[in-house]
Amino acid sequence: MSLDAVTLAVLKGRLEQIADEMDATLYRSAFNPIIAEARDACHGLYQAETGATLVQGTKGLPIFVGAMSFAVQAVIKRVQAGAGLEPGDTFIFNDPYEGGTHLNDFRLVRPVFRSGKLFCWLASVGHWLDIGGNVPGNYNPRATESHQEGVRFPPVKLFRAGVIQQDILDILAANSRVPQSNWGDLNGQLNALDLGERRLLELLDDTGDDVVEAAFGALADRAAALMQAEVEALPDGHYAFEDYLDNDGVVDERLTIALDMTVQGGRMTLDFSRSSAACLGPINISYATSVAACYVALKHAFPDVPANAGVLRPIDFVIPDNSLLAVGPPRPVAGYTETILRLIGVIFGALGKAMPDRATAAPFGTINALSLSGQKQDGTRWVMFSFFGGGLGGNPETDGLHHANNPISTATIPPAEIMEAAYPVMFTQWALRPDSGGAGLHRGGVGAVYEIEALSPGTTEVALLGERGRYAPFGVTGGSEGALNRFTWQDGTGWQTPPMASKIVGVKLQKGQRLRLESPGGGGWGDPKQRAREDVARDLRLGFVTAEVAKREYGYEA
Amino acid sequence: MSGETKGGPIVGVDVGGTFTDLFLFDPAKGTFRTEKVPSNRGDEAVGFMSGLRKLGGPAGFEAIVHGTTVGTNALLERKGCKLGIITTAGFRDVLEMRRRDRRHTWGLWGDFLPVTERDMRLEVAERVLADGTIHTAVQAEEVAAVARELLARGAEACAIIFINSYANAANERAAAAAVRAIWPNPHVSVSSEILPEIREFERASTTALNAYLQPVVASYLGKLESALSEDGFGGRFHIVQSNGGIMSTATARSVPVRTALSGPAAGVIAAAAIAKAAGFENAITCDLGGTSFDVSLVSRGRMELAAQATIDFGLVIRSPMIEITTIGAGGGSIAHVDRGGLLQVGPESAGSRPGPVCYGQGNTRPTLTDANVVLGRINADRPIGGALARLDVEGAKAAIAEHVGNPLGLDAMQAAEAIVRLANAKMAGAIRLVSIERGHDPQKFVALPFGGGGALHVGALIKEVGLRAALVPRFPGVTSAIGCVIADVRHDQVRTLNLNLDGIDAAALDTRMVEEATAARAVVDGAGLPVTRTEIRFELDMHYAGQTHTVGVPIPVHVIDGTTGVSEAIIRTAFEAAYQTAFSRLLPGLPIRIVSLRTAAIGVRPDFDLKALAPPKDATVEGAARGVRQVWFDGAWHTAQVWSRLDLPEGALVHGPAILEQGDATVVVDPDLVARVDGYGNLIIERE
Repeated sequence: MSLDAVTLAVLKGRLEQIADEMDATLYRSAFNPIIAEARDACHGLYQAETGATLVQGTKGLPIFVGAMSFAVQAVIKRVQAGAGLEPGDTFIFNDPYEGGTHLNDFRLVRPVFRSGKLFCWLASVGHWLDIGGNVPGNYNPRATESHQEGVRFPPVKLFRAGVIQQDILDILAANSRVPQSNWGDLNGQLNALDLGERRLLELLDDTGDDVVEAAFGALADRAAALMQAEVEALPDGHYAFEDYLDNDGVVDERLTIALDMTVQGGRMTLDFSRSSAACLGPINISYATSVAACYVALKHAFPDVPANAGVLRPIDFVIPDNSLLAVGPPRPVAGYTETILRLIGVIFGALGKAMPDRATAAPFGTINALSLSGQKQDGTRWVMFSFFGGGLGGNPETDGLHHANNPISTATIPPAEIMEAAYPVMFTQWALRPDSGGAGLHRGGVGAVYEIEALSPGTTEVALLGERGRYAPFGVTGGSEGALNRFTWQDGTGWQTPPMASKIVGVKLQKGQRLRLESPGGGGWGDPKQRAREDVARDLRLGFVTAEVAKREYGYEA
Repeated sequence: MSGETKGGPIVGVDVGGTFTDLFLFDPAKGTFRTEKVPSNRGDEAVGFMSGLRKLGGPAGFEAIVHGTTVGTNALLERKGCKLGIITTAGFRDVLEMRRRDRRHTWGLWGDFLPVTERDMRLEVAERVLADGTIHTAVQAEEVAAVARELLARGAEACAIIFINSYANAANERAAAAAVRAIWPNPHVSVSSEILPEIREFERASTTALNAYLQPVVASYLGKLESALSEDGFGGRFHIVQSNGGIMSTATARSVPVRTALSGPAAGVIAAAAIAKAAGFENAITCDLGGTSFDVSLVSRGRMELAAQATIDFGLVIRSPMIEITTIGAGGGSIAHVDRGGLLQVGPESAGSRPGPVCYGQGNTRPTLTDANVVLGRINADRPIGGALARLDVEGAKAAIAEHVGNPLGLDAMQAAEAIVRLANAKMAGAIRLVSIERGHDPQKFVALPFGGGGALHVGALIKEVGLRAALVPRFPGVTSAIGCVIADVRHDQVRTLNLNLDGIDAAALDTRMVEEATAARAVVDGAGLPVTRTEIRFELDMHYAGQTHTVGVPIPVHVIDGTTGVSEAIIRTAFEAAYQTAFSRLLPGLPIRIVSLRTAAIGVRPDFDLKALAPPKDATVEGAARGVRQVWFDGAWHTAQVWSRLDLPEGALVHGPAILEQGDATVVVDPDLVARVDGYGNLIIERE
């Protein structure tokens, strides 16, 4: 069945609206701030036989847009392996090796049946606050096995023919420090699935199953054609780029992510063979995660390409098994965010070589997962967990944005007042960081300085999983690097720095002692010497650059 | 002053980007007049006064109520004052750091310009903790010194924004006193006065934007007031707020940030009243402009309010505002076929300059308006607004053929129809977003277009979404001005409470609610407009402990003899009802928390009888006929009857296909629809 152009465009809007509405429902009803405020969640519709992404929300967390299809494929495998499938079933799981990302991301996958036949899948994913493991919040920078990171669920049926399985709920509750929060989030995800199912059935009744099915196919074809057009616009050639991770938190050796991008005859090959082997610490990623990260990078570079599986048709991947970028169990993966941020940066770097007029300098490139925890007076535990911002890269159009979120995320940061109201901490600084944006004709956006004082009468324990402590965000087309990430804290003797750059556990603060996190800015774009003098003067006046850097990088003297 | 009326004319004035619309209602005679004059961008007072003079005023008018976009424009164009900020040590960058967001989900380019730069944001040593404890007391001398420094750097207004001031405003109050003692003008905004609510960025942004607008709005109002008094005006002059209520100019000077959506809010107020009079409690208003399509929901006669709005990336105003959902599909939206072969309409727009291809002002890419012209839906010989003599149909047709027809393998007419269909679908999506997605049944709603363009598409929209009918008001172009005349007086307040519901001290909460009600009522009474009564509405922002988002829970209590009679049980019942409506699943057993108390005082204005808008008694169907025109529907030319809309009598039935024309709007009645003129002069369009 072929559809006319207007019907197709109309259906595209209707379908995206369903996924958007699922996203919005979960954001509003979720319990933990990582979903509710940081929007670490995603929803979509997936193809019945292959699990390929059909439609995804426009607001969902970018990294999931690529990863969810792997999650649905994992469920399909499970069904075929004997789990069976009937209307009213809903699977739940968090296995990162099959579904991508890390253990905190719980996926719910539900079949939609029409006339007794599987029509497509609906899926929901959200980041739960805590699922056991050695470190509250599960960002354990010292983990050497998945089992130390938290509990792992393979795809199991949470609902069987519409009946919720209490034993699964009981197991979930027993394996978290914050079972109520997880239960709230689970309900939010179920709200989203219920709503998505209702909306989709309405649309099918309105429009006809065959029309919607034809639209799925046609939309993927269009996305493939758009991506194809972008690839064909690149000059054929080989573009290599590499960047580094500080270490894996366990062994203090740098890790390489090396890309050989080949553009040839309208196809793009992303070959990561020269990258490091799997590491001992938790910054490995699975194959699914790697592909999802490539997708995020391409979608940022070509924002008009729609979010469905068609996008990846003109792309070939070479990601060797058991490399840093394609691990299996039980390699630890909790810090996957750091690795994919570097991978995305590497793609920006290679694309910048292929199309210098559209090159974007590296964004700050670390999520800085910081957890502070301690005991309340009544003996219960408090855990404050958040990710922090930094600068984006300079680009052909503008300076980089100050204090933004990472490309894998659309998360907003929880307000200092919300954190202070909930936990015994006081922010003593929440500010932009001078000299952190890479110099350039278009400067990188600056990062931030967050300084926190412990107010708890007992000990406040601190853990950080961050990156860019040794390898700074790169500039492009003559721009300079952004500043390194920097983490310091006070003990009785003065300010301390972590031996492994930006990864540490077991820091103990006493009441009145502070920690300080200074995030990187983005890299610069273009030759700093060419930056308009009034713009340098303005940066100097506003304190985004100091006189010394103005002179050294920009050749500017007031 | 309740119930007191003098009986002189009340005039609503809505100053838009292109036109200033006026609506005069004379309560003594039960008559009205409308007027439309060009706006004068940059000096809005000129159009404002010339419109009033055309209406024979302003001397002798009892009241003038004004919907204004001066504040919004100043924000969008960054043309507010030079603003100084005084804030807590360590926090001067809050305004520029935002909530660590970015412009677009996909694509990392673009930067952000805050309303005031870093060297105009100075810090003082002071600190309040989250529980309200004063950690470091503020020093008045230090604040005064910093304020002098800001003045020396050219500050025209000052915003004082301290961390945790929602929990204890003592430091902020002391600082405000120190600044006000030396500040040379009244433009000092204090965060605990503007928005005593948790979340530092939202509070900082709202307060800073307020101060940024204070001199601009004060000077604008001053100019209007002196022009009015020169012309002998001795009545009351009021401003419409974003919440759809009106306020005194004194209040507008101190909280100009509340004018951000003044004009659209007035339009929705009028729409609600018009729909209600016509027998429809539920309406969806549609405003099709040059670049966007804005919809708002009126449910059971009330407009929906949002807790905050983003005026532009990073410019957040948190204050109850009419909830407007905007999509990038307006008359100027450009149609093209993307490289994947998919037709797109918008979000890129030709705006009003150069405007659509048919304007002949240099744009060569086809727009939605071009499609409407080519299909014969818009009269090319009689363009709305009167600025152009005629529209270039052939130019529009050629552009559509080239940019849409050829790539899709359609002829120009098919392509034009495709553009209109896709635009209709996008508009229908916006309507679905505010209705179906919020749990409303579309069959209970009418679409109510205001502004000039919406009536072209409204018929298709009712079919697409399954709405009950469309209601085209008699004067779509002056809806906002009518809203100025009938809007209630209103004042909203919010206060963060952070309380557990279990075992709540209901007596203490009651005292708090009565205090808030008294303060809000005083503002409404102080506005000095005749009202028949003042209502107080309470709403609590609540959630289950652990959630961060809240649900707005209307609390069904009233202040009687100094008490609200609020109880834990009343609140619990109200919360569960609101939560169930929002999310379907309650979470029994989890503790429930009250985050904030919202109090609204509403001074209800005397009823305005919309029968005044009824068509003249001597109107006849024959007298309204204007012949026929060829209009393209569903793949073929149809002979459509053309009518002079305002000349149709009450009860007239117009079967589609038909075109109804009036000075500022064109109504399209599709072939399978029928339109009827009701007793208020509205056109009700339904399925045959």
